[in-house]
Amino acid sequence: MSPKENQTAVVRVSGLEKSYGPVKALRGIDFEVPAGSVLGFLGPNGAGKTTAIKIMTGYLAADAGKVEICGLDIAEHPLEVKRRFGYLPENNPLYLDMRVSNFLEFTAQAFGLTGTKAKAAIERAVTQTGLQTVYRRGIAQCSKGFRQRVGLAQALLHDPELLILDEPTNGLDPLQVVEMRHLIRDLGKTKTIIITSHVLPEIEALADSVVLIHQGRKVADGPLAGIACNGHGSCIARVTFRCKDCDLEGLLEQAGAVLLEERPSPFADPSICSALIEVEGSEGLSRVAQAAADRNVDLIELAPQSGTLESLFQNLPPGSEL
Amino acid sequence: MRSLLIAKREFFSTFDAPTGYVVLGMFPALAAVLFFLTGPYFALDEASMRPFFASMPWLLVMLAPAITMRLWAEERRSGTEELLLTYPFQLRDLVLGKFLGAWAVLALALVCTVGVPFTAAMMGDLDWGPVIGGYLSVMLLGGASLAIGLFLSSITDNQIVAYLLGAAVLLGFNLIGVAATAEAMPEGFARLFLMLDFGNHFHAITRGVLDLGHASFYLGIMVFFLTANGVVLERRRVR
Repeated sequence: MSPKENQTAVVRVSGLEKSYGPVKALRGIDFEVPAGSVLGFLGPNGAGKTTAIKIMTGYLAADAGKVEICGLDIAEHPLEVKRRFGYLPENNPLYLDMRVSNFLEFTAQAFGLTGTKAKAAIERAVTQTGLQTVYRRGIAQCSKGFRQRVGLAQALLHDPELLILDEPTNGLDPLQVVEMRHLIRDLGKTKTIIITSHVLPEIEALADSVVLIHQGRKVADGPLAGIACNGHGSCIARVTFRCKDCDLEGLLEQAGAVLLEERPSPFADPSICSALIEVEGSEGLSRVAQAAADRNVDLIELAPQSGTLESLFQNLPPGSEL
Repeated sequence: MRSLLIAKREFFSTFDAPTGYVVLGMFPALAAVLFFLTGPYFALDEASMRPFFASMPWLLVMLAPAITMRLWAEERRSGTEELLLTYPFQLRDLVLGKFLGAWAVLALALVCTVGVPFTAAMMGDLDWGPVIGGYLSVMLLGGASLAIGLFLSSITDNQIVAYLLGAAVLLGFNLIGVAATAEAMPEGFARLFLMLDFGNHFHAITRGVLDLGHASFYLGIMVFFLTANGVVLERRRVR
Protein backbone atom coordinates (compact mmCIF):
# COMPACT_ATOMS: atom_id res chain seq x y z
CA MET A 1 0.00 0.00 0.00
CA SER A 2 1.44 3.37 -0.92
CA PRO A 3 1.67 6.05 1.75
CA LYS A 4 -0.99 8.04 -0.08
CA GLU A 5 -3.43 5.18 0.37
CA ASN A 6 -2.63 4.63 4.02
CA GLN A 7 -4.57 7.23 5.95
CA THR A 8 -3.45 6.33 9.51
CA ALA A 9 -2.02 9.28 11.42
CA VAL A 10 1.77 9.58 11.27
CA VAL A 11 1.72 12.50 13.72
CA ARG A 12 -0.65 12.92 16.66
CA VAL A 13 -0.32 16.08 18.72
CA SER A 14 -2.57 16.46 21.74
CA GLY A 15 -2.91 19.19 24.33
CA LEU A 16 0.51 20.70 23.62
CA GLU A 17 1.39 23.52 26.01
CA LYS A 18 4.57 25.53 26.38
CA SER A 19 5.46 28.71 28.23
CA TYR A 20 8.60 30.82 28.19
CA GLY A 21 8.47 32.37 31.63
CA PRO A 22 5.21 34.32 31.81
CA VAL A 23 4.64 34.10 28.04
CA LYS A 24 2.36 31.26 26.94
CA ALA A 25 3.63 30.18 23.53
CA LEU A 26 1.28 27.19 23.11
CA ARG A 27 -2.09 26.85 24.82
CA GLY A 28 -3.20 23.31 24.09
CA ILE A 29 -2.69 22.47 20.42
CA ASP A 30 -4.22 19.28 18.97
CA PHE A 31 -3.95 17.98 15.45
CA GLU A 32 -3.19 14.88 13.41
CA VAL A 33 -1.32 14.38 10.18
CA PRO A 34 -2.54 11.43 8.07
CA ALA A 35 0.07 9.29 6.34
CA GLY A 36 1.01 10.52 2.89
CA SER A 37 -0.47 13.98 3.31
CA VAL A 38 1.20 17.39 3.15
CA LEU A 39 0.14 19.50 6.09
CA GLY A 40 0.61 23.26 6.04
CA PHE A 41 1.28 24.64 9.49
CA LEU A 42 0.25 28.25 9.21
CA GLY A 43 0.23 31.20 11.52
CA PRO A 44 1.39 34.77 11.92
CA ASN A 45 4.87 35.39 13.30
CA GLY A 46 4.89 34.60 17.00
CA ALA A 47 1.85 32.33 16.74
CA GLY A 48 3.78 29.37 18.13
CA LYS A 49 4.51 27.42 14.93
CA THR A 50 8.24 27.07 15.49
CA THR A 51 7.79 26.25 19.18
CA ALA A 52 5.38 23.45 18.24
CA ILE A 53 7.83 22.16 15.62
CA LYS A 54 10.74 22.27 18.10
CA ILE A 55 8.68 20.18 20.54
CA MET A 56 7.67 17.73 17.83
CA THR A 57 11.34 17.20 16.93
CA GLY A 58 12.42 16.76 20.55
CA TYR A 59 14.55 19.91 20.60
CA LEU A 60 12.30 21.40 23.29
CA ALA A 61 10.25 19.66 25.95
CA ALA A 62 6.55 20.47 26.31
CA ASP A 63 5.10 21.70 29.61
CA ALA A 64 2.05 19.53 28.95
CA GLY A 65 0.61 17.45 26.15
CA LYS A 66 1.89 14.69 23.97
CA VAL A 67 3.51 14.24 20.56
CA GLU A 68 3.34 10.82 18.93
CA ILE A 69 5.18 10.14 15.69
CA CYS A 70 4.50 6.80 14.03
CA GLY A 71 2.75 5.73 17.23
CA LEU A 72 5.73 6.51 19.49
CA ASP A 73 5.73 9.21 22.16
CA ILE A 74 8.77 11.45 21.60
CA ALA A 75 9.13 12.10 25.33
CA GLU A 76 9.41 8.37 26.05
CA HIS A 77 11.25 7.14 22.94
CA PRO A 78 13.25 10.14 21.71
CA LEU A 79 15.91 8.22 19.78
CA GLU A 80 13.46 5.88 18.02
CA VAL A 81 11.26 8.83 17.05
CA LYS A 82 14.21 10.91 15.81
CA ARG A 83 15.07 8.11 13.39
CA ARG A 84 11.55 8.34 11.89
CA PHE A 85 11.61 11.95 10.71
CA GLY A 86 13.85 14.26 8.74
CA TYR A 87 14.00 17.86 9.83
CA LEU A 88 14.94 21.06 8.06
CA PRO A 89 15.02 23.72 10.81
CA GLU A 90 14.14 27.35 10.24
CA ASN A 91 17.06 29.30 8.71
CA ASN A 92 18.66 26.01 7.64
CA PRO A 93 21.64 25.79 10.03
CA LEU A 94 24.57 23.93 8.44
CA TYR A 95 28.22 23.29 9.28
CA LEU A 96 29.73 25.86 6.94
CA ASP A 97 33.24 24.59 7.65
CA MET A 98 32.44 21.22 6.04
CA ARG A 99 32.21 20.08 2.46
CA VAL A 100 28.77 18.94 1.26
CA SER A 101 30.15 15.39 0.93
CA ASN A 102 31.62 15.31 4.45
CA PHE A 103 28.47 16.78 5.98
CA LEU A 104 26.23 14.20 4.32
CA GLU A 105 28.60 11.40 5.37
CA PHE A 106 28.48 12.70 8.95
CA THR A 107 24.68 12.88 8.87
CA ALA A 108 24.42 9.36 7.43
CA GLN A 109 26.58 8.04 10.26
CA ALA A 110 24.55 10.03 12.80
CA PHE A 111 21.53 8.03 11.62
CA GLY A 112 23.45 4.78 11.92
CA LEU A 113 24.14 4.33 8.20
CA THR A 114 27.61 3.04 7.37
CA GLY A 115 29.47 1.50 4.43
CA THR A 116 27.47 0.70 1.32
CA LYS A 117 24.18 1.68 3.00
CA ALA A 118 25.52 5.16 3.72
CA LYS A 119 26.91 5.48 0.20
CA ALA A 120 23.61 4.45 -1.37
CA ALA A 121 21.63 6.79 0.90
CA ILE A 122 23.90 9.73 0.05
CA GLU A 123 23.67 9.01 -3.69
CA ARG A 124 19.88 8.89 -3.48
CA ALA A 125 19.60 12.12 -1.47
CA VAL A 126 22.08 13.93 -3.73
CA THR A 127 20.13 12.86 -6.82
CA GLN A 128 16.76 13.76 -5.28
CA THR A 129 17.95 17.25 -4.37
CA GLY A 130 20.15 17.88 -7.42
CA LEU A 131 23.38 18.40 -5.50
CA GLN A 132 25.70 16.57 -7.93
CA THR A 133 27.45 19.72 -9.15
CA VAL A 134 28.34 20.97 -5.66
CA TYR A 135 28.91 17.63 -3.92
CA ARG A 136 32.65 18.22 -3.38
CA ARG A 137 32.28 21.92 -2.69
CA GLY A 138 32.53 23.56 0.74
CA ILE A 139 29.07 24.39 2.10
CA ALA A 140 30.21 27.98 2.71
CA GLN A 141 30.95 28.29 -1.02
CA CYS A 142 27.45 27.14 -2.06
CA SER A 143 24.70 29.56 -3.05
CA LYS A 144 21.74 29.97 -0.72
CA GLY A 145 19.62 27.80 -2.99
CA PHE A 146 22.14 24.97 -2.91
CA ARG A 147 22.53 25.32 0.85
CA GLN A 148 18.78 24.86 1.16
CA ARG A 149 19.09 21.71 -0.93
CA VAL A 150 21.88 20.50 1.36
CA GLY A 151 19.53 21.07 4.30
CA LEU A 152 16.84 19.08 2.54
CA ALA A 153 19.31 16.33 1.61
CA GLN A 154 20.37 15.84 5.24
CA ALA A 155 16.69 15.57 6.19
CA LEU A 156 16.11 12.94 3.48
CA LEU A 157 19.25 10.85 3.96
CA HIS A 158 17.79 8.15 6.18
CA ASP A 159 14.64 7.93 4.04
CA PRO A 160 12.31 8.99 6.86
CA GLU A 161 8.55 8.46 6.86
CA LEU A 162 7.98 12.06 7.89
CA LEU A 163 9.60 15.30 6.75
CA ILE A 164 9.31 18.42 8.91
CA LEU A 165 10.23 21.56 6.99
CA ASP A 166 10.26 24.82 8.92
CA GLU A 167 9.96 27.77 6.50
CA PRO A 168 11.86 25.91 3.75
CA THR A 169 11.80 28.75 1.22
CA ASN A 170 12.71 31.50 3.65
CA GLY A 171 15.25 33.90 2.11
CA LEU A 172 15.38 32.24 -1.31
CA ASP A 173 15.04 34.24 -4.51
CA PRO A 174 11.89 33.67 -6.62
CA LEU A 175 13.57 31.15 -8.93
CA GLN A 176 14.96 29.19 -6.00
CA VAL A 177 11.52 29.27 -4.36
CA VAL A 178 10.00 27.67 -7.45
CA GLU A 179 12.74 25.00 -7.52
CA MET A 180 12.28 24.25 -3.82
CA ARG A 181 8.51 23.95 -4.26
CA HIS A 182 9.02 21.48 -7.10
CA LEU A 183 11.30 19.43 -4.87
CA ILE A 184 8.84 19.44 -1.98
CA ARG A 185 5.94 18.61 -4.27
CA ASP A 186 7.86 15.60 -5.62
CA LEU A 187 8.69 14.45 -2.09
CA GLY A 188 5.05 14.85 -1.09
CA LYS A 189 4.14 12.06 -3.51
CA THR A 190 5.80 9.48 -1.28
CA LYS A 191 6.21 11.05 2.15
CA THR A 192 4.20 12.67 4.88
CA ILE A 193 5.27 16.30 5.14
CA ILE A 194 4.66 19.06 7.64
CA ILE A 195 5.61 22.44 6.24
CA THR A 196 5.41 25.67 8.19
CA SER A 197 5.11 29.03 6.57
CA HIS A 198 3.55 32.43 6.91
CA VAL A 199 3.62 32.77 3.11
CA LEU A 200 0.11 31.76 2.16
CA PRO A 201 0.55 31.07 -1.57
CA GLU A 202 3.31 28.65 -0.63
CA ILE A 203 1.01 26.60 1.55
CA GLU A 204 -1.71 26.83 -1.08
CA ALA A 205 0.75 25.53 -3.66
CA LEU A 206 1.97 22.61 -1.56
CA ALA A 207 -0.40 21.52 1.18
CA ASP A 208 -3.39 19.16 1.14
CA SER A 209 -4.61 20.43 4.49
CA VAL A 210 -3.84 23.19 6.92
CA VAL A 211 -3.56 23.78 10.65
CA LEU A 212 -3.86 27.46 11.40
CA ILE A 213 -2.61 28.67 14.78
CA HIS A 214 -2.74 32.04 16.39
CA GLN A 215 -1.47 33.18 19.79
CA GLY A 216 -0.68 29.59 20.73
CA ARG A 217 -4.16 28.27 19.90
CA LYS A 218 -5.40 26.31 16.94
CA VAL A 219 -8.00 28.40 15.15
CA ALA A 220 -8.66 26.21 12.12
CA ASP A 221 -7.83 22.71 10.93
CA GLY A 222 -8.82 20.91 7.76
CA PRO A 223 -8.56 20.78 3.98
CA LEU A 224 -7.33 23.96 2.39
CA ALA A 225 -10.61 24.77 0.69
CA GLY A 226 -12.48 24.16 3.91
CA ILE A 227 -10.17 26.46 5.84
CA ALA A 228 -10.46 29.16 3.22
CA CYS A 229 -14.26 29.07 3.46
CA ASN A 230 -14.98 27.77 6.92
CA GLY A 231 -17.58 30.03 8.31
CA HIS A 232 -15.44 33.11 8.67
CA GLY A 233 -17.88 34.94 6.36
CA SER A 234 -17.78 34.93 2.60
CA CYS A 235 -15.04 33.62 0.40
CA ILE A 236 -14.11 34.23 -3.18
CA ALA A 237 -13.94 31.42 -5.71
CA ARG A 238 -13.21 31.09 -9.38
CA VAL A 239 -15.83 29.17 -11.30
CA THR A 240 -15.62 27.97 -14.90
CA PHE A 241 -18.60 26.45 -16.78
CA ARG A 242 -19.29 25.14 -20.25
CA CYS A 243 -22.36 27.30 -20.59
CA LYS A 244 -23.51 28.31 -24.06
CA ASP A 245 -26.58 30.53 -23.77
CA CYS A 246 -27.18 29.42 -20.21
CA ASP A 247 -28.41 31.74 -17.49
CA LEU A 248 -25.22 32.19 -15.46
CA GLU A 249 -26.71 34.83 -13.20
CA GLY A 250 -29.76 32.67 -12.52
CA LEU A 251 -27.56 29.72 -11.68
CA LEU A 252 -25.52 31.77 -9.21
CA GLU A 253 -28.66 33.28 -7.73
CA GLN A 254 -30.07 29.79 -7.19
CA ALA A 255 -26.84 28.88 -5.35
CA GLY A 256 -26.90 32.04 -3.25
CA ALA A 257 -23.63 33.21 -4.83
CA VAL A 258 -22.79 36.71 -5.98
CA LEU A 259 -21.19 37.35 -9.35
CA LEU A 260 -18.25 39.65 -8.74
CA GLU A 261 -16.60 39.73 -12.12
CA GLU A 262 -16.78 37.85 -15.38
CA ARG A 263 -13.29 36.72 -16.34
CA PRO A 264 -11.83 35.94 -19.74
CA SER A 265 -12.17 32.25 -20.50
CA PRO A 266 -8.92 30.36 -20.06
CA PHE A 267 -9.89 28.23 -23.08
CA ALA A 268 -10.33 29.06 -26.76
CA ASP A 269 -13.82 27.50 -26.72
CA PRO A 270 -16.35 30.42 -26.65
CA SER A 271 -18.92 28.28 -24.84
CA ILE A 272 -16.70 28.21 -21.77
CA CYS A 273 -17.14 31.09 -19.39
CA SER A 274 -15.33 31.96 -16.20
CA ALA A 275 -16.15 34.24 -13.29
CA LEU A 276 -15.14 35.27 -9.83
CA ILE A 277 -17.95 34.70 -7.37
CA GLU A 278 -18.55 35.27 -3.69
CA VAL A 279 -20.13 32.48 -1.66
CA GLU A 280 -20.92 31.88 1.98
CA GLY A 281 -18.38 29.36 3.29
CA SER A 282 -17.76 25.89 1.90
CA GLU A 283 -21.53 25.25 1.92
CA GLY A 284 -21.86 27.99 -0.66
CA LEU A 285 -19.35 26.22 -2.89
CA SER A 286 -21.37 23.01 -2.62
CA ARG A 287 -24.55 24.87 -3.59
CA VAL A 288 -22.90 26.25 -6.74
CA ALA A 289 -21.86 22.72 -7.75
CA GLN A 290 -25.40 21.45 -7.02
CA ALA A 291 -27.02 24.27 -9.03
CA ALA A 292 -24.77 23.48 -12.00
CA ALA A 293 -25.74 19.82 -11.79
CA ASP A 294 -29.46 20.70 -11.57
CA ARG A 295 -29.22 22.76 -14.76
CA ASN A 296 -27.06 20.20 -16.63
CA VAL A 297 -24.25 22.74 -16.89
CA ASP A 298 -20.74 21.29 -17.13
CA LEU A 299 -18.76 22.55 -14.17
CA ILE A 300 -15.10 22.67 -15.20
CA GLU A 301 -13.57 24.46 -12.24
CA LEU A 302 -14.69 25.62 -8.81
CA ALA A 303 -11.81 26.73 -6.61
CA PRO A 304 -11.40 29.09 -3.66
CA GLN A 305 -8.98 31.78 -4.70
CA SER A 306 -5.66 32.77 -3.18
CA GLY A 307 -6.34 35.72 -1.00
CA THR A 308 -9.06 33.90 0.88
CA LEU A 309 -6.54 32.63 3.44
CA GLU A 310 -5.16 36.13 3.63
CA SER A 311 -8.67 37.27 4.40
CA LEU A 312 -8.78 34.66 7.13
CA PHE A 313 -5.59 36.05 8.67
CA GLN A 314 -7.00 39.53 8.42
CA ASN A 315 -9.96 38.36 10.45
CA LEU A 316 -7.61 37.40 13.28
CA PRO A 317 -7.47 39.71 16.28
CA PRO A 318 -5.29 42.81 15.90
CA GLY A 319 -1.72 42.80 17.12
CA SER A 320 -0.46 39.87 15.04
CA GLU A 321 2.16 40.52 12.45
CA LEU A 322 2.19 38.52 9.23
CA MET B 1 30.97 4.48 19.58
CA ARG B 2 28.41 7.24 18.82
CA SER B 3 30.57 9.70 20.75
CA LEU B 4 33.56 8.80 18.56
CA LEU B 5 31.64 10.07 15.52
CA ILE B 6 31.23 13.45 17.23
CA ALA B 7 34.85 13.35 18.45
CA LYS B 8 36.08 12.76 14.89
CA ARG B 9 34.03 15.68 13.54
CA GLU B 10 35.22 18.02 16.26
CA PHE B 11 38.86 16.97 15.89
CA PHE B 12 38.95 17.64 12.16
CA SER B 13 36.81 20.77 12.28
CA THR B 14 39.35 22.32 14.69
CA PHE B 15 41.66 22.62 11.71
CA ASP B 16 39.06 24.23 9.46
CA ALA B 17 39.44 27.39 11.54
CA PRO B 18 42.68 29.35 12.09
CA THR B 19 42.42 28.66 15.83
CA GLY B 20 43.52 25.07 15.30
CA TYR B 21 46.73 26.03 13.54
CA VAL B 22 47.46 28.80 16.04
CA VAL B 23 47.06 26.28 18.87
CA LEU B 24 49.27 23.70 17.17
CA GLY B 25 51.89 26.30 16.24
CA MET B 26 51.93 28.51 19.31
CA PHE B 27 51.72 25.84 21.99
CA PRO B 28 54.93 23.93 21.19
CA ALA B 29 56.74 27.19 20.33
CA LEU B 30 55.80 28.81 23.63
CA ALA B 31 56.60 25.63 25.57
CA ALA B 32 60.07 25.46 23.98
CA VAL B 33 60.79 29.17 24.48
CA LEU B 34 59.74 29.05 28.12
CA PHE B 35 61.84 25.95 28.68
CA PHE B 36 65.09 26.81 26.90
CA LEU B 37 65.22 30.60 26.99
CA THR B 38 63.41 31.84 30.06
CA GLY B 39 63.54 28.81 32.32
CA PRO B 40 66.38 27.59 34.53
CA TYR B 41 67.27 24.72 32.15
CA PHE B 42 70.84 25.80 31.44
CA ALA B 43 71.42 26.69 35.09
CA LEU B 44 70.58 23.14 36.13
CA ASP B 45 73.39 20.67 36.22
CA GLU B 46 71.28 17.89 34.74
CA ALA B 47 69.04 17.16 31.78
CA SER B 48 65.65 17.60 33.42
CA MET B 49 62.29 18.35 31.91
CA ARG B 50 60.83 19.56 35.20
CA PRO B 51 60.80 23.28 34.21
CA PHE B 52 59.12 22.31 30.93
CA PHE B 53 56.24 20.63 32.73
CA ALA B 54 56.11 23.37 35.38
CA SER B 55 55.01 25.82 32.68
CA MET B 56 52.19 23.57 31.46
CA PRO B 57 49.42 24.64 33.90
CA TRP B 58 49.92 28.25 32.76
CA LEU B 59 50.08 27.37 29.09
CA LEU B 60 46.88 25.36 29.49
CA VAL B 61 45.13 28.42 30.93
CA MET B 62 45.54 29.91 27.45
CA LEU B 63 45.34 26.74 25.34
CA ALA B 64 42.39 24.78 26.78
CA PRO B 65 39.75 27.54 26.37
CA ALA B 66 41.06 28.19 22.83
CA ILE B 67 40.25 24.57 21.96
CA THR B 68 36.86 24.46 23.69
CA MET B 69 35.48 27.97 23.19
CA ARG B 70 33.66 27.21 19.94
CA LEU B 71 32.47 23.69 20.76
CA TRP B 72 29.01 24.62 22.08
CA ALA B 73 28.99 28.42 21.73
CA GLU B 74 29.39 28.25 17.95
CA GLU B 75 26.78 25.49 17.65
CA ARG B 76 24.32 27.74 19.47
CA ARG B 77 25.22 30.88 17.53
CA SER B 78 24.93 29.21 14.13
CA GLY B 79 21.86 27.14 15.04
CA THR B 80 23.54 23.80 14.27
CA GLU B 81 22.90 22.82 17.90
CA GLU B 82 19.27 22.26 16.86
CA LEU B 83 20.38 19.97 14.06
CA LEU B 84 22.64 18.00 16.39
CA LEU B 85 20.05 17.71 19.15
CA THR B 86 17.37 16.46 16.75
CA TYR B 87 19.65 13.73 15.36
CA PRO B 88 19.37 10.41 17.21
CA PHE B 89 22.18 11.05 19.71
CA GLN B 90 22.06 10.73 23.47
CA LEU B 91 23.17 13.92 25.23
CA ARG B 92 26.04 11.98 26.79
CA ASP B 93 27.27 10.96 23.32
CA LEU B 94 27.38 14.61 22.28
CA VAL B 95 29.10 15.87 25.42
CA LEU B 96 31.59 13.01 25.58
CA GLY B 97 32.23 13.24 21.83
CA LYS B 98 33.05 16.93 21.97
CA PHE B 99 35.27 16.36 24.99
CA LEU B 100 37.17 13.49 23.35
CA GLY B 101 37.62 15.54 20.17
CA ALA B 102 39.09 18.40 22.19
CA TRP B 103 41.29 15.99 24.18
CA ALA B 104 42.63 14.56 20.91
CA VAL B 105 43.55 18.08 19.75
CA LEU B 106 45.43 18.60 23.03
CA ALA B 107 47.20 15.26 22.55
CA LEU B 108 48.27 16.36 19.07
CA ALA B 109 49.53 19.68 20.44
CA LEU B 110 51.59 17.74 23.00
CA VAL B 111 52.96 15.45 20.29
CA CYS B 112 54.19 18.62 18.59
CA THR B 113 56.35 19.35 21.68
CA VAL B 114 58.29 16.07 21.62
CA GLY B 115 61.16 17.89 19.96
CA VAL B 116 61.83 19.53 23.32
CA PRO B 117 62.67 16.36 25.31
CA PHE B 118 64.59 14.93 22.35
CA THR B 119 66.69 18.11 22.23
CA ALA B 120 67.22 17.91 25.98
CA ALA B 121 68.24 14.25 25.63
CA MET B 122 70.88 15.21 23.07
CA MET B 123 72.37 17.70 25.50
CA GLY B 124 72.50 15.41 28.53
CA ASP B 125 71.45 12.14 30.08
CA LEU B 126 67.67 12.44 30.22
CA ASP B 127 65.62 10.10 32.39
CA TRP B 128 62.61 9.26 30.19
CA GLY B 129 60.43 7.90 33.02
CA PRO B 130 59.50 11.32 34.48
CA VAL B 131 59.09 12.65 30.93
CA ILE B 132 56.43 10.06 30.11
CA GLY B 133 54.87 10.64 33.55
CA GLY B 134 54.92 14.37 32.87
CA TYR B 135 53.11 14.00 29.57
CA LEU B 136 50.48 11.76 31.19
CA SER B 137 50.04 14.40 33.91
CA VAL B 138 49.54 17.10 31.30
CA MET B 139 46.88 14.95 29.63
CA LEU B 140 45.09 14.61 32.98
CA LEU B 141 45.40 18.30 33.82
CA GLY B 142 44.46 19.17 30.23
CA GLY B 143 41.41 16.88 30.38
CA ALA B 144 40.17 18.65 33.51
CA SER B 145 40.83 22.06 31.91
CA LEU B 146 39.02 21.05 28.71
CA ALA B 147 35.99 19.75 30.64
CA ILE B 148 35.73 23.13 32.39
CA GLY B 149 36.14 24.99 29.09
CA LEU B 150 33.52 22.80 27.40
CA PHE B 151 31.03 23.43 30.20
CA LEU B 152 31.58 27.19 29.99
CA SER B 153 31.16 27.07 26.20
CA SER B 154 27.72 25.52 26.76
CA ILE B 155 26.42 28.47 28.77
CA THR B 156 26.99 31.16 26.13
CA ASP B 157 26.63 31.63 22.39
CA ASN B 158 29.68 33.88 22.20
CA GLN B 159 33.07 32.24 21.64
CA ILE B 160 35.01 35.18 23.06
CA VAL B 161 32.96 35.12 26.26
CA ALA B 162 33.51 31.36 26.46
CA TYR B 163 37.27 31.85 26.06
CA LEU B 164 37.53 34.61 28.66
CA LEU B 165 35.37 32.71 31.16
CA GLY B 166 37.45 29.59 30.59
CA ALA B 167 40.76 31.39 31.03
CA ALA B 168 39.49 33.16 34.17
CA VAL B 169 38.18 29.98 35.81
CA LEU B 170 41.33 28.03 34.97
CA LEU B 171 43.45 30.86 36.33
CA GLY B 172 41.37 30.63 39.48
CA PHE B 173 41.98 26.88 39.77
CA ASN B 174 45.74 27.54 39.40
CA LEU B 175 45.90 30.40 41.90
CA ILE B 176 43.54 29.06 44.54
CA GLY B 177 46.46 27.36 46.29
CA VAL B 178 48.12 30.74 46.75
CA ALA B 179 45.01 32.01 48.54
CA ALA B 180 45.25 28.98 50.82
CA THR B 181 48.59 30.20 52.16
CA ALA B 182 47.15 33.53 53.37
CA GLU B 183 47.51 33.89 57.14
CA ALA B 184 43.93 35.00 57.67
CA MET B 185 42.54 31.99 55.83
CA PRO B 186 40.58 29.63 58.12
CA GLU B 187 42.15 26.18 58.17
CA GLY B 188 39.12 24.43 56.67
CA PHE B 189 39.05 26.75 53.68
CA ALA B 190 42.81 26.51 53.28
CA ARG B 191 42.57 22.72 53.09
CA LEU B 192 39.69 22.94 50.60
CA PHE B 193 41.56 25.45 48.43
CA LEU B 194 44.70 23.33 48.43
CA MET B 195 42.65 20.31 47.49
CA LEU B 196 41.17 22.19 44.51
CA ASP B 197 44.47 23.70 43.36
CA PHE B 198 45.40 22.32 39.94
CA GLY B 199 49.11 23.00 40.34
CA ASN B 200 49.27 21.23 43.71
CA HIS B 201 48.12 17.92 42.18
CA PHE B 202 50.04 18.46 38.96
CA HIS B 203 53.42 19.07 40.54
CA ALA B 204 52.94 16.09 42.83
CA ILE B 205 52.52 13.85 39.78
CA THR B 206 55.37 15.41 37.80
CA ARG B 207 57.69 14.88 40.77
CA GLY B 208 57.13 11.22 40.03
CA VAL B 209 54.60 10.56 42.77
CA LEU B 210 52.22 8.18 41.02
CA ASP B 211 49.36 8.72 43.42
CA LEU B 212 45.91 7.58 42.33
CA GLY B 213 44.44 10.32 44.52
CA HIS B 214 45.89 13.07 42.33
CA ALA B 215 44.80 11.32 39.12
CA SER B 216 41.34 10.77 40.63
CA PHE B 217 41.10 14.47 41.38
CA TYR B 218 41.47 15.35 37.69
CA LEU B 219 39.12 12.54 36.64
CA GLY B 220 36.60 13.78 39.21
CA ILE B 221 36.80 17.32 37.79
CA MET B 222 36.22 15.92 34.29
CA VAL B 223 33.19 13.86 35.36
CA PHE B 224 31.73 16.79 37.33
CA PHE B 225 31.98 19.36 34.54
CA LEU B 226 30.93 16.97 31.75
CA THR B 227 27.87 16.05 33.81
CA ALA B 228 27.18 19.75 34.42
CA ASN B 229 27.46 20.26 30.63
CA GLY B 230 24.79 17.63 30.07
CA VAL B 231 22.57 19.22 32.73
CA VAL B 232 22.88 22.63 31.01
CA LEU B 233 21.78 21.12 27.68
CA GLU B 234 18.85 19.28 29.24
CA ARG B 235 17.79 22.36 31.23
CA ARG B 236 17.78 24.39 28.03
CA ARG B 237 15.47 21.80 26.44
CA VAL B 238 12.90 22.16 29.21
CA ARG B 239 13.38 25.92 29.68
